[in-house]
Amino acid sequence: MGRIALKGLSKNFNDVEVIPPLDLEIADGEFVVFVGPSGCGKSTLLRLIAGLEDASGGNIEIDGQDATNTPPAKRRLAMVFQSYALYPHMTVRKNIAFPLKMAGASRDEIDRKVQAAAASLNLTDYLDRRPGQLSGGQRQRVAIGRAIVREPVAFLFDEPLSNLDAALRVNMRLEISELHQSLKTTMVYVTHDQVEAMTMADKIVVLNAGRIEQVGAPLELYRHPRNLFVAGFIGSPRMNFVNGAGAAAYGAQTVGVRPEHLRVSTQQDEGAWRGRVGVSEHLGSDTFVHVHVDGVGAMNARIGGEMGVGYGDDVWLSPDPDKLHRFDADGMAL
Amino acid sequence: MAREASPSRKIVTTAVAWAIGLAIFFPVLWTILTSFKTEAEAIASPPSFLLFDWTLENYAEVQERSNYLRHFWNSVVISIGSTLLGLVVGVPAAWAMAFAPSKNTKGVLMWMLSTKMLPPVGVLVPIYLLFRDGGLLDTRIGLVMVLLLVNLPIIIWMLYTYFKEIPADILEAARMDGAMLRAEILYVLTPMALPGIASTMLLNVILAWNEAFWTLNLTAAKAAPLTAFIASYSSPEGLFYAKLSAASTMAIAPILVLGWFSQKQLVRGLTFGAVK
Amino acid sequence: MATAHSRMTARLMISPAVIMLLGWMIVPLSMTLYFSFLRYNLLMPGMEEWIGFTNYEYFLTDPAFFEALGNTLALVGGVLAITVIGGVGLALLLDQPFFGQGVVRILVIAPFFVMPTVSALVWKNMFFHPVNGLFAHAAKGMGMQPFDFLAHAPLLSIILIVAWQWLPFATLILLTAMQSLDSEQQEAAEMDGAGPLSRFIYIVMPHLARAITVVILIQTIFLLSIFAEILVTTNGGPGYASTNIAYLVYAQSLLQFDVGGGSAGGIVAVVLANIVAIFLMRMIGKSLEP
Ligand SMILES: Nc1ncnc2c1ncn2[C@@H]1O[C@H](COP(=O)(O)OP(=O)(O)O)[C@@H](O)[C@H]1O
Ligand SMILES: [Mg+2]
Repeated sequence: MGRIALKGLSKNFNDVEVIPPLDLEIADGEFVVFVGPSGCGKSTLLRLIAGLEDASGGNIEIDGQDATNTPPAKRRLAMVFQSYALYPHMTVRKNIAFPLKMAGASRDEIDRKVQAAAASLNLTDYLDRRPGQLSGGQRQRVAIGRAIVREPVAFLFDEPLSNLDAALRVNMRLEISELHQSLKTTMVYVTHDQVEAMTMADKIVVLNAGRIEQVGAPLELYRHPRNLFVAGFIGSPRMNFVNGAGAAAYGAQTVGVRPEHLRVSTQQDEGAWRGRVGVSEHLGSDTFVHVHVDGVGAMNARIGGEMGVGYGDDVWLSPDPDKLHRFDADGMAL
Repeated sequence: MAREASPSRKIVTTAVAWAIGLAIFFPVLWTILTSFKTEAEAIASPPSFLLFDWTLENYAEVQERSNYLRHFWNSVVISIGSTLLGLVVGVPAAWAMAFAPSKNTKGVLMWMLSTKMLPPVGVLVPIYLLFRDGGLLDTRIGLVMVLLLVNLPIIIWMLYTYFKEIPADILEAARMDGAMLRAEILYVLTPMALPGIASTMLLNVILAWNEAFWTLNLTAAKAAPLTAFIASYSSPEGLFYAKLSAASTMAIAPILVLGWFSQKQLVRGLTFGAVK
Repeated sequence: MATAHSRMTARLMISPAVIMLLGWMIVPLSMTLYFSFLRYNLLMPGMEEWIGFTNYEYFLTDPAFFEALGNTLALVGGVLAITVIGGVGLALLLDQPFFGQGVVRILVIAPFFVMPTVSALVWKNMFFHPVNGLFAHAAKGMGMQPFDFLAHAPLLSIILIVAWQWLPFATLILLTAMQSLDSEQQEAAEMDGAGPLSRFIYIVMPHLARAITVVILIQTIFLLSIFAEILVTTNGGPGYASTNIAYLVYAQSLLQFDVGGGSAGGIVAVVLANIVAIFLMRMIGKSLEP
């Protein structure tokens, strides 16, 4: 079991309100990602759940039990830290065994579980090394091994991949997703990278300045962002926003359209935005062209495959009307 | 310096540096040499440097006449005792200040340091009277207490600077792994801080071994450590250079060895981390 | 950072240290303060009476006090001058590449680990002694009259002994600081056309400034309380020629048994040390910032 409920949970650091009171339900077995710009309070929220910080107000329930004042050691949660936080003076074996030792497990049980965890994480050959002798990816695996052996009710991850290089990051992302598929244990995962959020989450919680902007499945957020902040944060490359006359034509204060929902044409097109091509980024499968539109500014558009446009060419951009997002003066979706 | 110096320059530097180094070390060297001379040779004019009859009789005689080993043992008990007690009190305090700081932590640390700046003569009279009335004069336990208090700020401060270097998230990881406070300190903090704790211990043994205000004022014959024992040579009826040298050599030898191991820690400890 | 639970534990763990140091500071210091207002002589028990500031009047108007104050300042100033200048020079030298660096370093720091009573006695007997000391031998060897250092220049002799003990400390700290000097910075200055002297003035010295301040302040704390060296070599004499405040207080209270007068002197010493301490705390306080 691993049901976590936050009820009116809030946090102040010396009179600065970092997390205003918020409510959130995390279902058993769910993979929940907290995403938001850096400094928005993701780590703080995760540490509140972990018990590493005291709540300033509200409650935390784990499996229906009030855990607000339970010390971290007794919450049956496991955490993977951004810095991995391995014990430098212990071998990999001892690192992974530590939670079991704390739980008072027998020698045999410890051995068995450490072996099993090491095997599943490809660490068997490294069991007698110290963390200092491992690569970043291996350290990451040890941290995960240490978390899984104690069979927690939920895993907490705080930006676990941000210290890895790009290729490794993609691998570990898959490994963590697979781990979730096989264990089916609740996971709460913090990241500032919306790609990680989109690819891994069952449910994304978008945070901004300590407030929850929107909660939903990845595609739900992509298709129906509730406000400008979510619209701009979810999706890569970023959504284009148009204000003023261009937006008024659609009866909104602001309209947003994703690069993949813009049609680019070299022929004059009524009702389309006209602009000049700037830089083009060729990714092979797609090309992103940056277009300077008079009276609107820079817009980014995706072209499938190749298309004969070059620097300085005139082009016309027309949005897919079904995929257009309209926002009112308060930035809320219409 | 990243670059190689020219060979001739390196040779000149070598000569100058060795000459100055030996000059500074000379009093120590001379003491050690004299300890192996007879009393007559020790005051011979002109003095002989190496060509004398080497003898060990001074060492035997110092022990025989003045029960040297007792004073040596007093020094050991007092310096190690006060240091160990200091660690027992200091480790938890430094843990608290490094890992659970409050608004007052900095103030408390500074205040602790300020006690170190209290000149001992400022409290000499009352401590002397309290010791006299409490039967603590000339006892090892009394000196252990005083040196514990004298060096406690340095112990706490050094430990604090070492603990500060341990990333807090490793301790938090231990908490998440189910460790309560005792296990966290025992299995995670202490092993990681061991080099720092060892340095702290070393430096404080040295400071306590050489402390020469309280040891001189609060002891007589019985509990006198080596500092006070050596001071008793200041007004000998005759002059016993060779025996003084033998006693001195034995008194400084252990600390010279420890001191050479702890140069770096010395800098850090005595500057309270201001220079690393 | 921390939870209420760990903060409570923290308070519990820090309190033994705080209570002990509070006791060490408050109890004896307030007793000293109290005694300083009493006529209180250990030879005349039961005659204690409140006499207000009389002890301070006596202590502060005693010519011995002025002499001791002057000696204290000379001792501190003399030792500081020798150790700081010598320390910078030695640090510069030891920072150069040469054969046997490690050994020379060990030789240079050795005096710091010699207990004060030993170094004082060794210097007194084996170097300064007018008949058997090495300096006397050397003087006779050159056909000169031996000089009785401790009789004719007691304060200077003590300054030399103490400077010998503290020179390693200054050297070690300045050397440590010097080694943290970025060699690229030096090379950049060299590229800019700075010679060795201007590099020393504009790059090395400013870098060492902080370490020098630390050396001065910390040594001052210890040097204000020099005691064993005086006790063992001159007993403060001849007259008061080598008595400093610390020794004067000791002599008054434990040799003349004048607890009241000694206590007044002790309070004066505390006030003097505090003035120095305030500067030191400012310095260290700054370096505490992350
Ligand atoms: N221990 C602390 N004391 C004071 N402020 C803190 C502390 N920890 C975090 N904060 C503040 O809380 C805010 C949220 O921090 P954090 O949760 O670490 O953000 P994120 O993980 O989203 O980058 C930041 O503005 C940060 O400065
Ligand atoms: Mg964070």
